[in-house]
Amino acid sequence: MIYPYIIPSILALSAGVYILGLRRAEKVATYSGGLSELHSLPTHYGVFAALCCAMPALLVLVLWMIFEEKVITSMVAGNLPADLLRQSANELTLVINEVKNVAFGGFTATSGNPAIEKAAVAYMAHLTSARNMVSILVVFCSIIPAWFAIKSIGKDLRARNLVEGAVRIVLFACAGVAILTTIGIVFSVMFEALRFFQAVPLTDFLFGLQWSPQIAMRADQAGSSGAFGAVPVLTGTFLIAMIAMLVAIPIGLLAAIYLSEYASSSLRNWAKPALEILAGIPTVVFGFFAALTVAPIIRELGTALGFTVSSESALAAGLIMGIMIIPFVSSLSEDVIHAVPQSMRDGSLALGATHFETIRHVVIPAALPGIVGSILLAVSRAVGETMIVVMAAGLSANLSFNPLATVTTVTVQIVTLLVGDQEFDSPKTLAAFALGLLLFVFTLALNFFALRVVRKYREHYE
Amino acid sequence: MDVTASRMTDQIFPIVAVGDSAEAHERMHVRPLDRKTIGSPFVDNPRMMCRDVDVFYGDKQAINKVSIDVGQNQVLAMIGPSGCGKSTFLRCLNRMNDTVSSCRVQGEISLDGIDIYHSSVDVVPLRARVGMVFQKPNPFPKSIYDNVAYGPRIHGLTRDKNELDEIVHTSLIKAGLWEEVKDRLREPGTGLSGGQQQRLCIARAIAVGPEVILMDEPCSALDPIATAKVEELIAELRTQFSIVIVTHAMQQASRVSQRTAYFHLGDLIEVGPTEKIFTNPGHKLTEDYITGRFG
Ligand SMILES: Nc1ncnc2c1ncn2[C@@H]1O[C@H](COP(=O)(O)OP(=O)(O)OP(=O)(O)O)[C@@H](O)[C@H]1O
Ligand SMILES: [Mg+2]
Repeated sequence: MIYPYIIPSILALSAGVYILGLRRAEKVATYSGGLSELHSLPTHYGVFAALCCAMPALLVLVLWMIFEEKVITSMVAGNLPADLLRQSANELTLVINEVKNVAFGGFTATSGNPAIEKAAVAYMAHLTSARNMVSILVVFCSIIPAWFAIKSIGKDLRARNLVEGAVRIVLFACAGVAILTTIGIVFSVMFEALRFFQAVPLTDFLFGLQWSPQIAMRADQAGSSGAFGAVPVLTGTFLIAMIAMLVAIPIGLLAAIYLSEYASSSLRNWAKPALEILAGIPTVVFGFFAALTVAPIIRELGTALGFTVSSESALAAGLIMGIMIIPFVSSLSEDVIHAVPQSMRDGSLALGATHFETIRHVVIPAALPGIVGSILLAVSRAVGETMIVVMAAGLSANLSFNPLATVTTVTVQIVTLLVGDQEFDSPKTLAAFALGLLLFVFTLALNFFALRVVRKYREHYE
Repeated sequence: MDVTASRMTDQIFPIVAVGDSAEAHERMHVRPLDRKTIGSPFVDNPRMMCRDVDVFYGDKQAINKVSIDVGQNQVLAMIGPSGCGKSTFLRCLNRMNDTVSSCRVQGEISLDGIDIYHSSVDVVPLRARVGMVFQKPNPFPKSIYDNVAYGPRIHGLTRDKNELDEIVHTSLIKAGLWEEVKDRLREPGTGLSGGQQQRLCIARAIAVGPEVILMDEPCSALDPIATAKVEELIAELRTQFSIVIVTHAMQQASRVSQRTAYFHLGDLIEVGPTEKIFTNPGHKLTEDYITGRFG
């Protein structure tokens, strides 16, 4: 059973092949009159040989990992007793799952059905022998190319170019994985959302003024009641994000200006990390601070002034969320303000501008693209934040711009829709995907807009 | 120092070379014991007077008991080997050194008889009166117009747009840049060539209407044609302003200045009329420097 150790073995093998390649290149060099005779450096030949050893083997392994399940399952399914096989495709999956559970000693480690017990034993046997074969194949796929690679090392082998090419492919693959995952996530959300829109018309979702998905679970109301109107959820999101930004932008920006322009370097050296600690506090801690400390204070103050304040209010959540995202604004803005060259400031000061005039007319405009970037990051953080809102602003969707009322946000609704036991094809559950898509479109639009603003500014000034 | 520059100096002011270069090189690294400046550091009717000025960066002394006057309607050139403290001294004259936290200035510097380092003096109007052009062009990332209008705007020098337009116009004309930029005043100043940027910085400085202009190697990044334009400008500005210019180009000092000061390792070695400094220097160090024996 070398299968569990196959990756470390390949790596160890490649390391050995690297050294062999290196040795061989050095030997070739001595025979043909010095290192300068070689086309590439000895390490290039070593890396080339090691890559020839590791790459095909890993490729085979990855392919096997992808198809293992399918191959084994089809082998086992072929041998199942006829009465089990006669079932519909859906139930066959269940049977196979049961077989696997028995085979791997899952929570139903014993099954009453002897046919399944037998299949499980067969499954294990197939798996073991297949894995042994794959292991042998993988070892061959590393040794044989490595042997050819080492043989081919000569002073004219363009190992450097080959290695550079391989590096490029690896980098490209990594970038590709990142992009493909993003696209994959977007598409999966989009397909689920499309299923939702088959049950609930898009216009009802976008323009409906009432959000009550729990009621809509009843079959007679699904899709027709208008209870899936996203407007109150969106306004709640905007309201809370707005309050948060009203707190975070001024405080964060002014703190950044103070730290980079006025504070002594020793003060900055401890104040900046101290501010950044704010970003490290778990949001749930902010959440109960908002719910247990801030919300009651706001309610008492409001009641004393004669307002009706619910015990969970958008104001409490927004204020605390604003404080939470201050470091996003201040830390990044401080960096970009600090990066404005001293010669700009000198030029302004030498014209007789005061320190603050210099900051206002020269430093801030020069740093504006970065500042906008930091604010954008903070906005996406505010829009995506869930925990504080759940705890401090409540769950009920009110169409209201009153900061003293209970509101809810997109992310909170996604959570409440998906927690607990759910059927994954009811409109109620699918609504979560529609909300997710909406949130995604919203942040994308925000990014796009901000990018445009920054670019326009750049054209104007640089 | 640039060898070609010294050769050209030799052609303009033929000097009989004295001493061999190894000996001169040795002298270069010995701080002169006698710290008295020779020549004529003082003038009648000075604009600015500096007396016993010491400058320290932390514990390190960069300027050592320098006394010199800046005359009315005169160009004073400051020359000397790299690192001798020319920029440091220049930045004392409008207190730009205040922005360097480790920098400490002692002694007395006065503008029209008023000590500029006195605690009651506000640096903001001082810097409006003593303008500065930096070694590296540093236009703001704003339009050409806004660059020049920056100073007049913050000082509230104009009452309406027409007056501001007028100031921008005359400043750009004086800086010799108007013809090149008159159709693109709204374009960014950072999009100009290096030489145009430097003239833009000069226009920006004179738009405030300073009485003294400090220039730190204003032509070091410029080609000969742009250099000639800036030199023409200096000659013209002299009729209204007092100018102090730091330069590494001997022939430039000899062309634009009336008086020349030679700095060496933080000491002011010699000051005198430019012609005298270049034809008949009074100090060995000055002579070695301008004949290109070291530097
Ligand atoms: N900000 C500073 N902190 C510490 N030391 C400094 C600082 N600025 C300048 N110095 C030192 O002061 C001395 C004089 O520097 P300065 O810039 O005045 O020379 P300079 O004559 O202008 O030289 P250059 O011709 O190369 O511009 C140098 O030894 C320099 O290292
Ligand atoms: Mg200098």
